[in-house]
Amino acid sequence: MWRHESPGEGPAGGIDGKTNGAGRRQDAVTHSPDLPEAVRDQAPMLEIRGLRHQYEGRTVLSVPSWDVLRGEASLVLGPSGSGKSTLLNAIAGLATPTEGTIRVAGEAMTGIAPAARDALRASRIGLVLQTLHLIGVVTVRENLRIAQRLAGLPPDDARIDEVLANLGIANLAGAKARQLSVGEAQRVAIARAVVNRPPLILADEPTSALDDANCEKALALLLDQAQATGATLVVATHDNRIRERFAKRLEL
Amino acid sequence: MTLRLAFAYLASRPLATILHVLMLALGVATLAFLLLFTSQAEERLARDAKPVDLVVGAKGSPLQLILSSVFHVDIPTGNIGLEESKAISRHPMVASATPVALGDSYRGHRIVGTDASFLGLYDAKVAAGRPFKEEMEVVVGSEVARRHQLAPGAKIVGSHGLAQTGPGHDEDPFEVVGVLAPTGTVIDRLVLTPVESVWHVHEHHGDAPAKTVPEAPGKKHKHDHDDDEPAKAPPAGPAPGAVPPGMPPALMAASQGGRLEITALLVKYRTPLAAAMLPRLVNSSTSMQAASPAYESARLLDMVGVGVQTLQWFAAIMMASAALSVFVALTSALQERRYDLALLRTLGARPLRLASLTLAEGVTLLVSGVILGLALGHGAAHALGLWLAQSGSWPLAGLAWAPGETILVAAVFAGGFATCLVPAVQAYLSDPASLLAKR
Repeated sequence: MWRHESPGEGPAGGIDGKTNGAGRRQDAVTHSPDLPEAVRDQAPMLEIRGLRHQYEGRTVLSVPSWDVLRGEASLVLGPSGSGKSTLLNAIAGLATPTEGTIRVAGEAMTGIAPAARDALRASRIGLVLQTLHLIGVVTVRENLRIAQRLAGLPPDDARIDEVLANLGIANLAGAKARQLSVGEAQRVAIARAVVNRPPLILADEPTSALDDANCEKALALLLDQAQATGATLVVATHDNRIRERFAKRLEL
Repeated sequence: MTLRLAFAYLASRPLATILHVLMLALGVATLAFLLLFTSQAEERLARDAKPVDLVVGAKGSPLQLILSSVFHVDIPTGNIGLEESKAISRHPMVASATPVALGDSYRGHRIVGTDASFLGLYDAKVAAGRPFKEEMEVVVGSEVARRHQLAPGAKIVGSHGLAQTGPGHDEDPFEVVGVLAPTGTVIDRLVLTPVESVWHVHEHHGDAPAKTVPEAPGKKHKHDHDDDEPAKAPPAGPAPGAVPPGMPPALMAASQGGRLEITALLVKYRTPLAAAMLPRLVNSSTSMQAASPAYESARLLDMVGVGVQTLQWFAAIMMASAALSVFVALTSALQERRYDLALLRTLGARPLRLASLTLAEGVTLLVSGVILGLALGHGAAHALGLWLAQSGSWPLAGLAWAPGETILVAAVFAGGFATCLVPAVQAYLSDPASLLAKR
């Protein structure tokens, strides 16, 4: 049901197989008491063991074991209905798998209270959704501020300006999100995912709806931002165009 | 963040937001206005009627008797003989009996022929000048003085009836000798003079026998006063005989010489037992009738209350419709932005925050509607109060707070909050993963 491909061992296997040694940021992260800090730092960013999810009695996802190391960029590849989004939802704590464990940065995402899951997601994970959904009635800046506040961080306009500038959309800070083009909304969605410097970024079908040129641009932005913040990146897609950009892949 | 986002959602559909707030506000405004009006009317009637336990006057409608002789807003039922009224004044259960002789007015303010005890009924104090002593001297209420810039020494001319345009008694001017301090009662809008003044004015205008008929609205005044004087003036000179308790000496003296009439007698009981006995005595054994201001006021409020209740029901239905529209608005808004809510969940928002966001939106509509409604209701009452004050009627205070308004606001918030809870719970229970998966 699944196949794990990795060209190298250890922390290697970053973007295009290159090691991403940039930063191991622990900003805005609360550490679980169950593992010593030194051990947590050595642990993979994402550990999945014996994961199985059933829907109406049918197994829709099965991942016996999968690790993603810190700073790696990984691809979850599979056709529609193969369970990619379910896997990302389970990693993000938005869905509870039927069986198995998931650890993010050494902390359990499964078997914990919903409130703890929400807190862990807000502080550790940046999400880029398939539909690039933004809150249309407020400005781009306010969209990013909301992400900061929900992560328990104080509003930091300097950081917002920095991220928007990195993505080349500094001029859009005051624009209402509903007025943006698809390409602009894509950049804002990436900005929102990285603004809190999360150690793990999950992206669900970020390129599927884009033409080749825009697909390339969006992927480049995502990889660049992950690298710039030292984040681990997991991209779920059925888009074979980007397959070769990731040395580490999980095929469902 | 929750409030800012709620405001942003409301601002994103301004027309719908304004309409929901307006619907709610109109219901609240109507109810607030009715509460202000009825509570102040009740208070005013009670205050004006309180000093008088019983009114004795000519047979007819008891309510009309009270309206004319206590509230001074209607024509009298007729006149009563002074001699006959004296028997009531002398009754041992009567503490005081104040005569009132009506017929004329000054620019819409009734001129009341009475005696000094009338001031005592309303605890009225003379703010400038002195109380009246002689015929053709008047003391004016504070509202009359304010509206017409009257001060001691001024001369005023009465006109017949209550209408401001009635025929005048130019040859019999009154002299203002005093101005009363404000009391917040009907006396503020009256012109008071000795009963003898009324007799004098009407004697001067005709020599017909004392056959009296009350003033009638719109009736053309025949200035010979052959049929509408309240009383005929007596021959001059003191009358022999003892003065009965409660009856002013001047009136008594006047009554000795001929057939004199007054409009009504305002009675205060000496004992509570009188309330059960005296009205029956008057109604069964005299040609006069007795009417209780308290009872007739209550009856009047009951009659008016039917209309007020209808309006209150109408306003309540309006508010219920508004609450329903807010509910529909929140539910449909929830449906429209379910992806926004799912997104907020993916960003780490707890379900309670989503419920709070929906609730904040509804409560913002509620608070805005209630505040606007109260402002509109009080504003309308204030404007009407200003207009009524201009026309000399009793003032309606728009800046007051009716006791029922607290209950109104609490009820609107409780009902509105309950209405908002349903979509808030829906938001709380929404599943972000399944929503995002469906998209």
